[in-house]
Amino acid sequence: MSARDSILQRLRNRSGGKLSVPECDFSVLQRPPSSIAERVDLFEKTIESVHGEVHKCTGDSWVARLAEILSARGARSLLIPRVHQIGRSLRESGQDDLPELLIYDEPIKSWQPHLFNNVDASITSTRGGIAETGSLILWPTPDEPRLMSLVPPIHIAVLEASELYATFHEAMQAQDWASGMPTNALLVSGPSKTADIEQTLAYGVHGPKELIVMVIE
Amino acid sequence: MNQAPSEDSHHIDVKEFHPRARAAIADPKIRQNFRKAMDGLISKRKNAFEGMDLEALRELGANIRLRALANLPDLLEQLEAKLTENGIKVHWAIDGDEACRIVRNICVARNAKTVIKGKSMVSEEMELNHYLEEHGIEALESDLGEYIVQLAGETPSHIIMPAIHKNTGEISELMHEKTGTDLSSDVEYLTASARQQLRERFMNADVGVTGVNFAVAETGTLCLVENEGNGRMTTTVPPCHIAVTGIEKVVGNLEDVVPLLALLTRSATGQHITTYFNMISGPRKPEELDGPEEVHLILVDNGRSTIYQDDQLLDTLRCIRCGACMNHCPVYTRVGGHTYGTTYPGPIGKILMPHLIGLDEGRHLPTASSLCGACGEVCPVKIPIPDLLVRLRQESVDGDKLNPAKVRGHGAKRGTLEALIWKGWSWMHARPGVYRFGTAVAARLRKLQPGQLGGWTNYRTAPKLANKTLHQKMKERDQ
Repeated sequence: MSARDSILQRLRNRSGGKLSVPECDFSVLQRPPSSIAERVDLFEKTIESVHGEVHKCTGDSWVARLAEILSARGARSLLIPRVHQIGRSLRESGQDDLPELLIYDEPIKSWQPHLFNNVDASITSTRGGIAETGSLILWPTPDEPRLMSLVPPIHIAVLEASELYATFHEAMQAQDWASGMPTNALLVSGPSKTADIEQTLAYGVHGPKELIVMVIE
Repeated sequence: MNQAPSEDSHHIDVKEFHPRARAAIADPKIRQNFRKAMDGLISKRKNAFEGMDLEALRELGANIRLRALANLPDLLEQLEAKLTENGIKVHWAIDGDEACRIVRNICVARNAKTVIKGKSMVSEEMELNHYLEEHGIEALESDLGEYIVQLAGETPSHIIMPAIHKNTGEISELMHEKTGTDLSSDVEYLTASARQQLRERFMNADVGVTGVNFAVAETGTLCLVENEGNGRMTTTVPPCHIAVTGIEKVVGNLEDVVPLLALLTRSATGQHITTYFNMISGPRKPEELDGPEEVHLILVDNGRSTIYQDDQLLDTLRCIRCGACMNHCPVYTRVGGHTYGTTYPGPIGKILMPHLIGLDEGRHLPTASSLCGACGEVCPVKIPIPDLLVRLRQESVDGDKLNPAKVRGHGAKRGTLEALIWKGWSWMHARPGVYRFGTAVAARLRKLQPGQLGGWTNYRTAPKLANKTLHQKMKERDQ
């Protein structure tokens, strides 16, 4: 008998008999209704508590604000989406103090060392955020591949304030995740970190050292 | 004094618990390192649940796990069907050896020579690294704590914080010796050095191996919880990703992971959520530019289906591996993780490992506890750990009364003399006349009681028998 069949058979022919199925009461996850402003405040507070940075901007002001943030850090290159409006806004902004804009449009194999060693920052969109845990929802796409938000030392995420949910549960239900998941979905809540050396926090251990969120109000 | 097992850690004798415990207790460095870390984790956990209805959340967490276990065979089949539909290959393994062979076969088929690993306790259980090395495949840990432990040729001393037994100075010396970094007490420098060393390795690895925190049957999704990003690297950069998990890690619905995640990260490290919550539901699609071309899931039984047979022992399988039980355990905090000599240390190890290695080899595990109950109180899925410890103690000394015996090595600790003493004890207690006579004689002879009572009086004064029994006193009062 295959391992599969023998495991399943042992589980099905359980000597203790059939187990009863308990009720699961999810009401403990519910939160009182909140306004967008309240959710933005909570998101900001939570993500800042884990070393994330929040900049509140408008659809018109964020590019200029981003240019300031990046030049203050001396970033020389910024990886941007090709198709998404974020990429277009950056390319067409006429802002001359932005770093060199790069596009991720080839399979990783062809330019992996460059991405790993020479790209200073990246910017991605989000599918919303979660106020309670200070999380960003990312579903990587061919336009914004998985490594874009992981490899460069600075990750910038653009979050529409109106897409901020109170909880993970609410976000998942509002966007009907159960009906189909992408190959990879992520919650990102702060920069990469570790406390494996004597409980001392250190940032950027494998992923970005900085997470900067542009909240568009 | 170094209690850490050396190269041969996979052949450590679990039975030698007591000598290791004595050595660990006598080592102030170990006690300091653990005490400091555990105190920090205890207070972080407490703060993280502030303002939440923790009891209702634990109740929900426990019920979700119980519901998943009640439907386990169906959920595993649903998971397999959904993952297959998503393009993930599913394998089944009866034990660790079979799981190791499956990993190796995948590597051989891809002509893979180097494997990079994210944190996985099941792979520790399988002793995968050792197996792969023996077969000419290099396995490198990428979680910083696991990387440090691997450099030292040791095993993890905590399931969440593998290198918690070492302080910064020790880690700096180790990295200096093994990788040539400068000696430094600057944790940021040490972390940045490891980042640099590992980035090269990620780019060159042929296969990435990780564990799984939750496997969702409904959508065919493998969830990984982590802070460093090494899990994301491991599951994205190499062309092939192999996930290994125990069969009990499956849950029914995607929404089930919400409360479990909330409980897991808060209980483990006091975080609202970890930096990354990674949900993988398939390999790279043709239009995608990165991600693995191949994704495999290995479902490992390794004793779990045996635990599953018994209504009480089954609770062991609820565990979501947060480590809160060890953080709060007065025994673990004093002796450290290596003393147990098992893959899983601390309270969860004491109730899980006897099933994996048998009660003969694991004879000292259920008794390495004061039954203070802290583990059961903090467990996010309400596993009654103290009750399970008592059950395993009973199993280990029982003659044949517990029928049918469920745990391998049942009765291994039974001694003729001890059995006789307890038999006499129960005989006496069932006969009031004999009992009264016996206690009266003992009270008369109390002057003869020795002042030294073995191990008990090493640290305590000897208890003195009262001159009158409780029965006598009650009688006098009532008159």
